[in-house]
Amino acid sequence: MTDKISPEDFERLADLASLELPADEAEYLCKELNNQMLSIEVLESIPIDAKTGSAAHGIPYDEFNSAIPREDVSSQDPNRDEILKQAPELEDGYIVVPDISHEELD
Amino acid sequence: MKTCDLPAYVVADLVNTKQVSAVEVLEDTLERIREVDGRTGQVDAPVASSEDDLSSVHAFTLVTEGYARKQAEDIDKLIKNGEYAGPLAGVPYTAKDIFTVKGIKATAGSKILSNYISPYSATVVERMEEAGAVMIGKVNLDEFTYGSSSESSAYKPVPRNPWDTTRVTGGSSGGSAAAVAAGEGAISLGTDTGGSIRHPASFCGTVGLKPTYGRVSRYGLIAFGSSLDCPGSLARNVTDAALTLQAIAGQDPRDNTAADVPVPDYLEEMEKDISGMRIGLSEEFFRVTYFDSESMELVENPIDPQIREAVLSVAGFLAQQGADIVMDVPLPHTKYGVPTYFVISRVEASSNLLRYDGVKYGYRTEESFDDLRELYRKTRGEAFGVEPKLRMLMGIYLSAAQFDKGYYELALKARALMRKDFEEIFDSRGKYRLDALLTPTAPSTAFPIGSVYGDSVMMQYSDQLTATTNHAGIPGLNFPVGFDDENLPIGAQVLGPDYSEGVLLRIARAFEMVTEKEEWRTKRPPILSKIGK
Repeated sequence: MTDKISPEDFERLADLASLELPADEAEYLCKELNNQMLSIEVLESIPIDAKTGSAAHGIPYDEFNSAIPREDVSSQDPNRDEILKQAPELEDGYIVVPDISHEELD
Repeated sequence: MKTCDLPAYVVADLVNTKQVSAVEVLEDTLERIREVDGRTGQVDAPVASSEDDLSSVHAFTLVTEGYARKQAEDIDKLIKNGEYAGPLAGVPYTAKDIFTVKGIKATAGSKILSNYISPYSATVVERMEEAGAVMIGKVNLDEFTYGSSSESSAYKPVPRNPWDTTRVTGGSSGGSAAAVAAGEGAISLGTDTGGSIRHPASFCGTVGLKPTYGRVSRYGLIAFGSSLDCPGSLARNVTDAALTLQAIAGQDPRDNTAADVPVPDYLEEMEKDISGMRIGLSEEFFRVTYFDSESMELVENPIDPQIREAVLSVAGFLAQQGADIVMDVPLPHTKYGVPTYFVISRVEASSNLLRYDGVKYGYRTEESFDDLRELYRKTRGEAFGVEPKLRMLMGIYLSAAQFDKGYYELALKARALMRKDFEEIFDSRGKYRLDALLTPTAPSTAFPIGSVYGDSVMMQYSDQLTATTNHAGIPGLNFPVGFDDENLPIGAQVLGPDYSEGVLLRIARAFEMVTEKEEWRTKRPPILSKIGK
């Protein structure tokens, strides 16, 4: 049986996920993804009528259980320095972001 | 008996009435940790190999002795001043290392967060502290909670089951379940996205409560599947589970999905009679259906017959208490729980994991890089384990427009059908009118370490009996119901309609009381007999 996710697809997925992968790990991951797809394909056999909606949440949120949105106000976090300290590279209180690559589009 | 083996409600009473100090309770618990836990999990540390490693629990990734001592001393000061120190006064508890606690590492069991110190605390942690509980440490888990055995953590050695240290703890809240079972804290905070509280609770013989989605705030929880994640508790008895839920439940302005629904008195609810309750049994929960990649066919296997027998025996006990047992309740979409979970949880996980970039916080590659893209690729490739990688790749495959085959939309519809299955059986004007459904929690008892890990499909099917609960958002509670012939705990779960935690606690409490004198109730994890406790 042909794998759903080809090596080329896998390469594209790894790129989208921003993952540099050693060859043996890539091979294992691709095999497992294709095994998982066999299970996922079972969903195609569910009888679903046109009336069945989609549930993004199990529990519907309505007037019975919905929380009132909090006030939309900004505030200064008291832990500014502690939060910034978590960044690997700082300069004058700013997080340093390495150069962003530019790709020529066709 | 040492205080670390007492129920939380007894410890709190002893502390509040000055019969024992919070510091003394803490000392007992720290001694237990030293006796049974062995090496604390460390990122990239060697796996268990020595005799000591192989016979230890390894529940912890961090023991917060100084933090806990300060909390315990504060509790003792309050009591000395004649004040009430809360319903969980001086009770030592652990937090799965997916919860943030201000000033303390929050690693999610991953190298990518191995140096992250949280600048804020989760709402549930704040509420435990307000109730007087003392946090003694962070406990191990599957990396980012992705797994059902706790073996995927980057923190080695991974947790081992106190009932048999050659077996897994279950997962992903495996450190939580193992710690509670071994007397390393009376309570642990866990999370349940597809069964991650109930599954390890069943493997380690503890109570594990997954509340209704929205009953407990998710603020301060490192996210996995945001529409499924549910914080809850693991404890050694039903009363402690009720006390903990009382402390952590309720609205939170910092999480808009935390429901605006009044929190009942769970201790009062728990003690009510179960007479006249309608409790269902469904054959769909006594089998596992999966796609076998060898035969390329859908295979249907019955669960372990000892588990089936144990659950039916629970139904018998409940019937003796006056409950009405309703047989053959149909839940036809149960078998789609795992395929649906493969889709929804992966799509949500991939979205949540894209924030880890080596720029804002967390691990950064030590290799050189030319630009931001290369930094991302190297950092994430080095610091994520195989489970997060699998989940991201699958999540992207299922949601990126270029690959889209409509599986996400199908999964959302399947989820609606699973929700409808439960709505129909719990409908008070419907055919079944159930107060709760009684089912096995897992298809097996604790399996040997290394026997399933690596096969990501079979591992996921370990959650077939728990995942539909999360899809539907309803509450579920695991409680210990006996042992198999290898002396491994068996768990059963009760499921109920939205916000019915009080009913579930009542059923589990009724079973706990009626079996109080049973021989199996006197069993203690062998790891404790070894140290003469």
